[in-house]
Amino acid sequence: MATHAGTHDDHDAKPGFAQRWLFATNHKDIGTMYLVFSLIMFFIGGSMAMIIRAELFEPGLQLVQPYFFNEMTTMHALIMIFGAVMPAFVGLANWMVPLMVGAPDMALPRMNNWSFWILPFAFVLLLSTLFMPGGAPAAGWVMYPPLVLQGGDSIAFMIFAIHLMGISSIMGAINIIATILNLRAPGMDLLKMPLFVWTWLITAFLLIAVMPVLAGAVTMLLTDKFFGTSFFNAAGGGDPLLYQHIFWFFGHPEVYIMILPAFGIISEIIPTFSRKPLFGYKPMVYATASIAFLSFTVWAHHMFTVGLPLGGLLFFMYATMLISVPTGVKVFNWVTTMWKGSLTFETPMLFAVAFVILFTIGGFSGVMLALVPADFQYHNTYFVVAHFHYVLVSGAVFGIMAGTYYWIPKWTGHMYSERWGKIHFWNSVIAVNVLFFPQHFLGLAGMPRRIPDYNVAFADWNMVSSIGGFWFGLSQLIFVGNIIYTVYFARQKASARVWEGARGLEWTVPSPAPHHTFEVPPVILPGMLAHDDVSH
Amino acid sequence: MSWTARIGAALALAAGSAAAAGATAAVGHPVPWQLNMTEGASPLSHQVYDLHMYAFWVCVGIGIVVFGAMIVAMMRFRKSRGAVAETWTHNTRLEVIWTVVPVLILIALALPATRILINESNTGDAGLTVKVTGFQWKWRYDYVDYQGRPVSRVGFISKLAFNSDEARQLDSGINPRSLKSKTGYDDYLLNVNHALVVPTHTKIRFVITADDVIHGWWVPALGWQADAVPGLIHDMWGEIDTPGTYRGQCAQLCGQDHAYMPIVIKAVSPAAFQGWLAAQESRARLDTIARTVQVTPVPAPAPQG
Repeated sequence: MATHAGTHDDHDAKPGFAQRWLFATNHKDIGTMYLVFSLIMFFIGGSMAMIIRAELFEPGLQLVQPYFFNEMTTMHALIMIFGAVMPAFVGLANWMVPLMVGAPDMALPRMNNWSFWILPFAFVLLLSTLFMPGGAPAAGWVMYPPLVLQGGDSIAFMIFAIHLMGISSIMGAINIIATILNLRAPGMDLLKMPLFVWTWLITAFLLIAVMPVLAGAVTMLLTDKFFGTSFFNAAGGGDPLLYQHIFWFFGHPEVYIMILPAFGIISEIIPTFSRKPLFGYKPMVYATASIAFLSFTVWAHHMFTVGLPLGGLLFFMYATMLISVPTGVKVFNWVTTMWKGSLTFETPMLFAVAFVILFTIGGFSGVMLALVPADFQYHNTYFVVAHFHYVLVSGAVFGIMAGTYYWIPKWTGHMYSERWGKIHFWNSVIAVNVLFFPQHFLGLAGMPRRIPDYNVAFADWNMVSSIGGFWFGLSQLIFVGNIIYTVYFARQKASARVWEGARGLEWTVPSPAPHHTFEVPPVILPGMLAHDDVSH
Repeated sequence: MSWTARIGAALALAAGSAAAAGATAAVGHPVPWQLNMTEGASPLSHQVYDLHMYAFWVCVGIGIVVFGAMIVAMMRFRKSRGAVAETWTHNTRLEVIWTVVPVLILIALALPATRILINESNTGDAGLTVKVTGFQWKWRYDYVDYQGRPVSRVGFISKLAFNSDEARQLDSGINPRSLKSKTGYDDYLLNVNHALVVPTHTKIRFVITADDVIHGWWVPALGWQADAVPGLIHDMWGEIDTPGTYRGQCAQLCGQDHAYMPIVIKAVSPAAFQGWLAAQESRARLDTIARTVQVTPVPAPAPQG
């Protein structure tokens, strides 16, 4: 079999550490580095969340000064978005996209190396601002002027860090598009590709479209701050709202960048553990494309309260509500995939089921937030904080964890501990609700976001939320433990297919996947692909 | 299946009790363990509350259907119960149904939302105009006109009350729960030195702007928040139907003391307001005279801050 051709590494017998990792061009090694990097960032960003929740544990100021609290909320968001969630998805794409389409590697391996190795430098720059005079940026991750321009020189470091992350993301996206469009094995038609590949293809186009917009916005901040321009300064003829329009033109597609690959992962896992093909493959692809297209037309729903004209409010309200239609289609298709299947509940499936339920709850609050008059009460409150953490933590992050448990046997050749995987799952899924569900109540009761202290009426639910926060944070140590166990200590060998219901090219290579796979394009046999009998 | 009905009933019960607990909340300020949005004290806030509850119940309904189907699937189609997977992969009629039905539901939600929004954006015919200016980290209120007559120089700064400011310092040693208003309300961080006084039963137009960075002026009882953006005027309206004290906070991150610039509105009867406004105007007039003739040592009434 062609798929076994990669098991012998005759040309470079044993590369040195620097040669293998620093000069890495292998998609599997680079994928591993992305994943390890994102896990480290997840814990750095998470420890900032712990500081936030500790300060909010009870009313009064006990631990940190308000300005430092603002630094924490700002850095927590930047690190989680750009350091944890996005690199994790790129890591999963690096590992799985070539395996799924039958490609020998990413199309542009050296650029792949570069797009990864930029990231540690970007985050050293960003994190170094914590130790600078005047402190880290503290104007929220949205960096609204004029407030952000009151920050110290550290904002220049933040802006350069964002430029670097943008360069990295754009190069990663180009690589993924080039791989998917050029390196598919013969017979792997576009409409036979796994959903994870499809969602990443669409995500990559979103990245290329919007990262330059963000770069433009922050560059204008830079010149406003240091070179005397007045793009966003009303006193100089500029407009503070111009920034918000540009930022959210990036920012809204960005939220889909953080969720579409998770949709893809869930669309792989649910059919596998239902032992039944994905229901409505083509509608799923079209729904993903529709979501991506609509994501460019809804940015001003982040700005409903800035004083937009009535016509603008109505347009953005209707467009935002419309996004729930393709999103609903995806949820209905997942549920129908489970219907009349033959279900088992290993850890990846548990996370996938939790994803569908909790992401949908985040979708419900999203529809409520789309209604402008109601948004005038929800905006900038903990209701919003609850909403986006439901879609980002129990959405995107649960998707990443589901994918990790699903594919780690393929990566390492060993089964993770199912028992500890389940312990991790149940702790996470209960804690995440204890953490974020009460935040709906706090927001509705009138608690604004980004405040370090609050009226005593908000004390009880904040304490509940903080307890959930510490619980969730601690639970993630189980995740790390299970990964370390699987990589270094696990005894149980994984088969090539790993899961009974798994279908697709990635399951035809041995576990662990050899360093080089598909050096000769695989011959696709009937029944090998998950979606090879899609007639419409 | 009987147990699906039971789960549905439990969900509805939980949601219903949430709504009921919310309904008992005080109108003017948050209360401990509050679960739901305030109904507020303005025609707009009542409409917004109704829209919010309507959207909530629609979501509960969809949730019961979707999660119910998932739960049924997870119970019935387990491999451990001998379930054998079907092989069907698509059904165009189903896809069309679950595209069209959500669109109809969305239209049903969008119609009332549009109606309320059009009402909300109509700031004409106001009996009172108040200009609100956000500063780091306090609010300034200027009375512009009342019943069609320009108000002469009535305006003041409103900032966090001294006792809250003292208690909120890091390691102040003061228990936030020890702060009480005259009526015994726990007003920590929601009390100011000078409340905004407004008449009841009067349409009030608020014109909102800021002096330094963007702030957000939000009193939940009015049913909306409005960003205060330097260089721009943002207008909204409210009409309070019951006399009382209504509290809110800055909603838009505006720097280190963002949490410490609350808003307090005191709504009084139109007659009382008339009297209060006249007194403020004559004080302002006295101030002007005092300043013009430069009788510096006169112990003029402290400028109403």
